[in-house]
Amino acid sequence: MPKPVLSVKDLVTPLQVGKNVYNVVDHVSFDLHLGKTLAIVGESGCGKSLTALSILRILPEPPCLPPQGEVLYKGQNLLTIPDKEMREIRGKNIAMIFQDPGSALNPVYTIGSQLLEVAELHLNLVGEEATERVIQALTEVGIPSPEERFFDYPHQLSGGMKQRVMIAMALMCEPDILIADEPTTALDVTIQKQVLDLMRDLQKRKGMAILLITHDMGVVAEMADEVVVMYTSQAIERGEVQAIFDQMAHPYTMGLFASRPDPTEKKKSLQPIRGTVPPLSEYPKGCRFHTRCPYVMPKCKEGEVPCFSIKNEGHETLCWLHDGTEESQEKWHKKS
Amino acid sequence: MAQEILKVVDIKKYFPIRSGIFRKEIGNVKAVDGVSFHLDQGEVLGVVGESGCGKSTTARTVIRLIEPTSGEIYWDGEDLLQYDSSQMNLFRQEVQMIFQDPYASLNPRKSVGESIGEGLLYHGLVENQEEMWDRVTEIMQQIGLSPDGAKRYPHQFSGGQQQRICIGRAIAMKPQLIVCDEAVSALDVSVQAQILNLLSDLKELLGLSYLFISHDLSVVNHISDRVLVMNDGKVVEEGTVDEVFESPQESYTQKLLAAIPRSHPRKVLK
Repeated sequence: MPKPVLSVKDLVTPLQVGKNVYNVVDHVSFDLHLGKTLAIVGESGCGKSLTALSILRILPEPPCLPPQGEVLYKGQNLLTIPDKEMREIRGKNIAMIFQDPGSALNPVYTIGSQLLEVAELHLNLVGEEATERVIQALTEVGIPSPEERFFDYPHQLSGGMKQRVMIAMALMCEPDILIADEPTTALDVTIQKQVLDLMRDLQKRKGMAILLITHDMGVVAEMADEVVVMYTSQAIERGEVQAIFDQMAHPYTMGLFASRPDPTEKKKSLQPIRGTVPPLSEYPKGCRFHTRCPYVMPKCKEGEVPCFSIKNEGHETLCWLHDGTEESQEKWHKKS
Repeated sequence: MAQEILKVVDIKKYFPIRSGIFRKEIGNVKAVDGVSFHLDQGEVLGVVGESGCGKSTTARTVIRLIEPTSGEIYWDGEDLLQYDSSQMNLFRQEVQMIFQDPYASLNPRKSVGESIGEGLLYHGLVENQEEMWDRVTEIMQQIGLSPDGAKRYPHQFSGGQQQRICIGRAIAMKPQLIVCDEAVSALDVSVQAQILNLLSDLKELLGLSYLFISHDLSVVNHISDRVLVMNDGKVVEEGTVDEVFESPQESYTQKLLAAIPRSHPRKVLK
């Protein structure tokens, strides 16, 4: 296995509410590899976006407290380096695109001048050279007649075009890592397909690592090599995309899949996960999913759940069903 | 053969574009441009299309929330556009609507019980407050919420629960038709499944029909009996779900369906 370009180890992000401190990201670890895509999947409020913000150190502080753990990039821990060095890395080596391109672009500047800023700041280009680089970036993301679009304001572009501008901006410095936080959630399916195709194509050409944050299993199927499933601030399952889709091990992951409308089995009612996601202040003891889990056992209700490996390499889950005891085996086989 | 409750013939809705100091009309936006369809009792008609294709405007026009520029609408065989105000009042009970953002469509200063019961009192379906609260309790059970919550306010519920309350408010009127405008689009996938199941159960229980608008093709595929595919204010294709999704005829529909992300990483499309 090649060395990862970014390695996140035991990342913890505390959030202060009044006098209480809750971990909104709770001991999450994963590795990013060049040319590969890792997807973080989960429902709203599970901490997937905060994981990304913690890596880039752009958390709202307060209410968040400085994250703990390790984010290793080129041998240094990004969580402990000075702000000035972090500013260099942010945007240049690690870039990010957001869900709503309309609010991520500045409405009072033309897209050209916003892109020029990146060229001047990170690439030390000026004048015509910078303009040329910007036009080239716009061409790469497939914007028609970039010389004219250069002078457009964000409101003159459609949502899909704005997202392309965001991608152009993020990729202009040829970063090692692209963090994409729900990049296509606000877009129509046809535009979503174009943007996903573009991201995949650019990844092939430039060989960067993508950290893709999404709630849509379809987008995961299209894009991901590896998947981390998050629930209530924890990473509850991790594995190769094939393993997650074929041999999902955690009951929550199974629930997510069963909730999706399946075109081959129509008219069958969907199998939603019962109950609701507990709020941050009321996470249950033991396994955080046990109150909603159909396979709950007495041992699930107390203490920390250890991480169990499953037969495929790199496939792990936080679930007692895989501890190998007779009780768990029985429950596991009863499910199918 | 089920009874036809809604029939729409060639409706158009043009919005004027005005300019200059006299607000002279210089053109128009053809939001809905000659749409015809019919809806039977107990049927779910899905409307799909990209944003801006006129699906919401169509829905609002056919229930006269917006007056159409031209066209004919028949409700239970009667001409809806000729209805006087008392007939419209009755029509407003028979047709209800559910919106995308449940929190925005509930009054934050009214308890959810009051929100559900308001229409009952207004339309005279109940005599007094006491009857209203009895009916609210009944509805809360139907939509899968504890009746104890009736005195609580919208912000105290989760998004999925708020959407249930909006559904409760709609079914309180004992409607024949519910227009669902992106009703599950803002919800997480596990909650979305719960709401879709609730809508299906209520349809069977109360004999409802739905006009179900969504941009999410897999949701429409799941819940609908028939589908309208819209583009640029026009109906591109119409047919049963199986016809449209299995063998789309028009190139626009084919393009739309090809853009759905695959359901499994190993499944290679094309």
